[in-house]
Formats: sequence, structure tokens, C-alpha cells
Amino acid sequence: MTIHLDSALEVSSHTDPGMVRSHNEDSIASDADKGLVVLADGMGGYNAGEVASGMATTVITTELQQMLEQHPPFLVDEQTGQTLAQKMLREQIAKANTSIYQAAQSQPQYAGMGTTLVVAMFHDNKVTVAHIGDSRLYRLRGEVFSQVTKDHSLLQEQIDSGLITPEQAKTSQNKNLVTRALGIDPAVEPEIHDYDTQVGDIYLLCSDGLCDMVSDEDIGMAVQTLGANLKLCCQQLVQMANDNGGRDNISVILIKVVRDYAAPRGFVSKFIGWFK
Amino acid sequence: MAKLILSMDGLVLKEIQLTKERTTIGRKPHNDIQIDNLAVSGEHAVLVTILADSFLEDLGSTNGTMVNGQPVKKHFMQNNDVIELGKYKLKYVADAAPAGAAKADFEKTMILRPGAMRPAPAPAAAPAAPAAAAPAGAPAAAPAAPKPSDTQINSAPVAMPAPPPAPAQKMGMLQILSGASAGRELELTKPLTTLGKPGVQVAVLTRRPQGYFVTHVEGANQPSVNGKSIGTAPHALKDHDLIELAGVKMEFFYKV
Repeated sequence: MTIHLDSALEVSSHTDPGMVRSHNEDSIASDADKGLVVLADGMGGYNAGEVASGMATTVITTELQQMLEQHPPFLVDEQTGQTLAQKMLREQIAKANTSIYQAAQSQPQYAGMGTTLVVAMFHDNKVTVAHIGDSRLYRLRGEVFSQVTKDHSLLQEQIDSGLITPEQAKTSQNKNLVTRALGIDPAVEPEIHDYDTQVGDIYLLCSDGLCDMVSDEDIGMAVQTLGANLKLCCQQLVQMANDNGGRDNISVILIKVVRDYAAPRGFVSKFIGWFK
Repeated sequence: MAKLILSMDGLVLKEIQLTKERTTIGRKPHNDIQIDNLAVSGEHAVLVTILADSFLEDLGSTNGTMVNGQPVKKHFMQNNDVIELGKYKLKYVADAAPAGAAKADFEKTMILRPGAMRPAPAPAAAPAAPAAAAPAGAPAAAPAAPKPSDTQINSAPVAMPAPPPAPAQKMGMLQILSGASAGRELELTKPLTTLGKPGVQVAVLTRRPQGYFVTHVEGANQPSVNGKSIGTAPHALKDHDLIELAGVKMEFFYKV
């Protein structure tokens, strides 16, 4: 049984090399119909960063698209008690990690490459979010714009341990040090959580090129004021980052929940589901 | 390395690094900088770059080449010179400090291996305890006279090169000329200001370093500036432009 979410979700994305870098090491992919969005920010010398991020988005998107054709993601796995979505994400992230790690080991020009990752999978009025590193997911619900993911970075660890305040973190030099990345080690532990969604929610996935350049307040204001036009909002966010210097690649994906998308479980709702 | 910033009507289209000794400009596709506009000749001009210096030469173009408003045949480029080809402008920005490149490199995201991290937390944890205790014990004294122990931690943000102070930008204002709130004036301090009625017609005024822009957001009709519809692209606003949106007229001007 396949699901179609393109009438429930509105998705728009934009990626830009910024004002300083000559090439774009970010990679994004989205499939509104399957309710799947992926964003990766690659790192590593020469062009290896974009190889790593490209591999991550391609492996995860294509594999998950195939799996979603066969398995509804909202079912609960009997062994672990987690949703199937979590299990699928965990497996595919592990697979992408292995592919990148092996490529980095076998080919000298790719040595040391890796990528951050944030994936959101929408199903059954929920979103399953997996992330590694400092690419983020934000949510606008009503008037409240908040960061959902917590960076795997030195800075975040410093904040958590009370060494510095979030205010001091804004001017810290250590913004670029991540403590987890995909493809660096043989195994990686992604952070995966489920969240309930509401109609009207807007989700923003972004690379650090946006949130290092533009304050959370300004990002929130842009998403709130331009939420009616997601494409323009994406362009505006990238433009704001570039106006502030655009020192890194900037990628944004916006997802708006337009209507309810509860999983069709009973016979009647399945029947209605065919006509949606 | 010097660069050229290509723009039209105040909108930046492209940045071109002058990496080559000869950078050609023209309408035909083989040029290094192709400007597909009939006012630009097939082979219009060339920039010859020798070390840090660039020279512009007009290649006998039909409509000529202007630098800072003066027609030129040959010109030794100075920082912030503006080359004009028809409606297109190319701003020449000379070599930035080489430190800039090194800094950009430093900002690249890097992985911090857990193994490499281990020795660090131990010494860092010691100053953390008094730092955390200080505000609790003497909250009034803490901000005024930071203890020597937490200056160590604070030194990182202080050492950080401060972002260059934003150049003083003229403040834009909007005056409503018709409708229910006619006469009202609005200071455009925010980076984004929305106008109109949600669901009917909305436009956004964006404040950017190069000035103010108005962009259509939603609704069947697009706003008009000085009587002309602006379409869906951002439109640069000039002093005393007249904006019309959802039947309401308003004037944009710079505060003096």
C-alpha cells in the first residue's frame, strides 16, 4: 500500500553556494509525495565534501522511496516498539554511512570526507526527524518559532555543560566543529525522534550557512511573514544569509502542513483515502 | 583576487573572480563574462589582469564602454570602479586582504573526533565551577568585574574579529496615502515588513544592505510601483516611489 502526501504537504527548497565559496558542498533532496526531505552539508578537502553530501542524500532518498512503496512507515515494529519510520531511517543512515566511509577509505582523494545530515519523514500526522551534526530542523507553530534538533557540535556541548551561555555562543569561534558526522567512522549513531504535527505547521531544514549568518529571530520572522509563499521564503532566507556575508553554502527546505494526513487504518478511511 | 560584481537595476546577478590574465566580456557565449543583451557587442571589452592590477580595454564595441559614467577606450581599474554596458553594471572590487581567504578556510565545518576531545574537558572543567558559582554568590559583582577564571572562557568571543560595523543605512519610511489609515507613517526598521491583507493580497518590503525592495507574496494581483505592475520578482525601491497594493496607495521615501 502506498501513501500519497503531496496534497497534505507543500514543499519548497533552495540551495546556494553563498558569497565566498566557489562550489556548493550542500546537497538537498525532497519528495513531497512520499513526505520525505533530506539535507546534507558535506565537508572534506577539494570536492570530497560535495561527494559525501551527494551520496548521503541519494542513498537515503532512493532507498527510502523504494521501501515506502512497500511498507507504511507508521506501523510499529514489534521487536523494538518503534515506528517503522524510525527503523527504516536508522537502517538507511547506516547504509549511507558505510557507503561514504568505504569510498573515503578506498579512494585517496576522498580521504576524510563526511557530511552532516538532517532527514524528516512525514507520516500519520507525525514527523520522524533524524539528524547528525549541525544541520538543523526548526518548526513554526502558530507564533512560536523554535529549534527542534540539537546540534552535535562542540559549541552545543559547551552550552549543555554550562561552560558558555547561548548568548556567548553566538559570537564563539568554534561554530564549525561538529562532534558527529556521517561517513567518518565505520558506524554512526543518528539522533531520531517522532513529533506530532498540526495543520499550519511550517518546518525548516537548513545547513549552518543559514543559521550562522542569520539570527533565529530573523529566520523566524521571515518564515512567519512569508509562510504564504514558500518559494519566496526560501529565496528570502538565502538572500538574508548572503546579505550578511554568505560565508558558507546555504541550503533551506521548507515544508508546510496544509491538511490532516492521518494514516488510513480502517476499511472506510482506506476507501476514502483512494479519493483524496 | 579582484572580482567583478555584475548587476542590473540594482540586483546582483553574478560575481566573477578575475582568475585569468584575460577576461573577455561580450554577448557571444565564448566570452568569459557573457551578457546576453542586444546593447552589448559580440566581443565588447576585455579585462587584462596582471598581478593585482586590472586594465579594461574596449574592443571597438558598437555602443561603447563607460567607466563611472565616462566613455573609455582603455582604463586602469581602481577599486569600486563601475563599468557600464547598456543596462548592466560591473563593479570592480580590488583584492581583499589575504587574511579573508584564510579565515574562510577556517570556517569550514570540521569533525571533532571524540578521541581528540578527551584531554580538553579536564582542564576546562576546573574554571567552569567557579564561573558557575560566581553569579550565584555575588550576582551584582559578576557582570561588572568578571573573575579571572571566567575571563579565560570569555576570551574566545572577545578575540573573535568583530563583524564589520554595518554601514550607516538610510532609514526607509512608508506613508499611507489612501484608505482607512491614510496619513499614517511607518518606519521600516525591520528586515521584513509585510503589507496588505492575508488571503487577498500581500507584499513584503525587505531591507537589504543595498536598499529596500518590494516583492509580491500572495494574491491574484501583483502590487504596482509608479503605476506599473512589478510582477513576481523583487523590485528595488527609489526615493518617493508610489506603491499601490490592494487598492491602497502609499509612498516610499528615505528619512532625512
